[in-house]
Amino acid sequence: MSTVLIVAEHDGYRLSAATARTVTCANQIPGAAVTIVVLAAEPAAVAKEAAALAGVQRVLTITQAGNTHTLAAVLAPQIAELAAGFTHLLAASTTFGKDVLPRVAALLNTSQISDLMAVEGERRFRRPIYAGNAIVTIEVPPGAKVVATVRAASFVAAAQGGSAAIESATVKAALPRHTRFIGVESGATDRPDLQSAARVVSGGRALGSAENFKHIYSLADKLGAAVGASRAAVDAGYVPNELQVGQTGKIIAPELYVAVGISGAIQHLTGIKDARTIVAINKDAEAPIFEVADIGLVGDLFAVLPEIELALAGK
Amino acid sequence: MRRVLVGVKRVVDYNVRIRVKPDGTGVALDGVKMSINPFDEIGLEEALRIKERGHADEVVAVSIGPDDVQQQLRTALAMGADRAIQVRTTSAIEPLQAARIFLQLVEKEQPSVVILGKQAIDDDNSQTGQMLAALWDRPQATFASKIEINGAVAVVTREVDAGLEKIEVDLPAVFTTDLRLNEPRYVKLPEIMKAKKKPLDVLDVATLGIDLTETLKVVKYEPPSQRTRGVMVKSAAELVAQLRAKGILQ
Repeated sequence: MSTVLIVAEHDGYRLSAATARTVTCANQIPGAAVTIVVLAAEPAAVAKEAAALAGVQRVLTITQAGNTHTLAAVLAPQIAELAAGFTHLLAASTTFGKDVLPRVAALLNTSQISDLMAVEGERRFRRPIYAGNAIVTIEVPPGAKVVATVRAASFVAAAQGGSAAIESATVKAALPRHTRFIGVESGATDRPDLQSAARVVSGGRALGSAENFKHIYSLADKLGAAVGASRAAVDAGYVPNELQVGQTGKIIAPELYVAVGISGAIQHLTGIKDARTIVAINKDAEAPIFEVADIGLVGDLFAVLPEIELALAGK
Repeated sequence: MRRVLVGVKRVVDYNVRIRVKPDGTGVALDGVKMSINPFDEIGLEEALRIKERGHADEVVAVSIGPDDVQQQLRTALAMGADRAIQVRTTSAIEPLQAARIFLQLVEKEQPSVVILGKQAIDDDNSQTGQMLAALWDRPQATFASKIEINGAVAVVTREVDAGLEKIEVDLPAVFTTDLRLNEPRYVKLPEIMKAKKKPLDVLDVATLGIDLTETLKVVKYEPPSQRTRGVMVKSAAELVAQLRAKGILQ
């Protein structure tokens, strides 16, 4: 039997959708009994959400004032201590999971699998390398703990309807004081979260300016979509960096992805390959984005986008 | 001496489109252009700027691998590193093993700052910096887009999914670089000539006594499944009609 511990990702109030997707991954491990651990200053609300996910057997909470912020150096020793009793340790491959889990793995003296995208057995998994240009199948030898970050875009979110028991756990680990949280600036808006949105509209370098990105925001609002961007658009300063989609930005899997003025470099495509439907709008008919698009339209985005909005309105 | 240690990994160049070998035993690397991992190049640039701002006295570039990595170390020296260390091995090195190698160098060199790339663009692991920080029992500031050193502490801005997070860490600490930390400088020809005279020490990995046994077995390499090209439409109206026909839009 596999005992799987998942590190919950949250903002103190809500459980991240990426964690719900990680639960689905965990339940694909043969014979898995899934536990979620919530480390927080006040874990009750997040623990309740975790307990309501189908396929979760138990939720553990570790309550400490030091867990108010997601500092890897503070969280890792606690997670490592708790993980001792489990065969598998998972976290979503978000900036949170990528930051904290390798630190835990090293404390456990264990190697880590990053961006696990498919479960092939209790200790056999697949993951992408070279920006998704190759997929490797990896085996973890018997007896070794499996520590992995999970590429959330490769799994659907676990359904609601669970009723796991919530228990509080205590750890002895001394928490370091050498790392201190100052603050976080977020471009938080009322729009859906890019990582978990069902629809995403992304703009590329062809937008030409930050000002012109209003066309992307406008279409996104009409579709109830999140806004993303190519690395070129972020580097050009059109939008903040947290909107970057691709190998070194966010890997997403929306139902609908609309790429506007994005040529489709391999590093960008690796971030959207699991999208259900890709729509591409580009004035260059030879742009590589059209090779992966389900629906393509060659045209000037500044002419096409208002026309799409009109067509949407005229249903 | 206040020292910055920088990791320099030799990887397939960013612009090369790699292919899986037909027999599934690896990716075809023969004759492929190799470069410094772009995130490591950013790390090296940051180390040089830390020194130029007066927060360090020496920048040491480190690479782990066969003698080929000396090319990337010479580039690092030409960019401005003061000296270089090659940890010589022909074995494939996993992130935890790389972290253990760095830990030994850290104990010997006593740097106040270690900078590594947030990931290498070959295996895309994003682990070594965090693992080194854990083994060293020191702070980590990953995905850094701004590093401000102020005496014995540093304030680091990190690119996280929610936006930009600021943390303060005591030095020594490990930083990993994100894309927007800086733009690396171009190497000038005279610097390349000068770099040939800078010290490049070679340390055989066997002298470190680190177990290099493979812990994660790669059993197969495959090309990714390809998305197939869909339909081309002629107008915005047709595009919206297609989305409605597919049931994606109401």
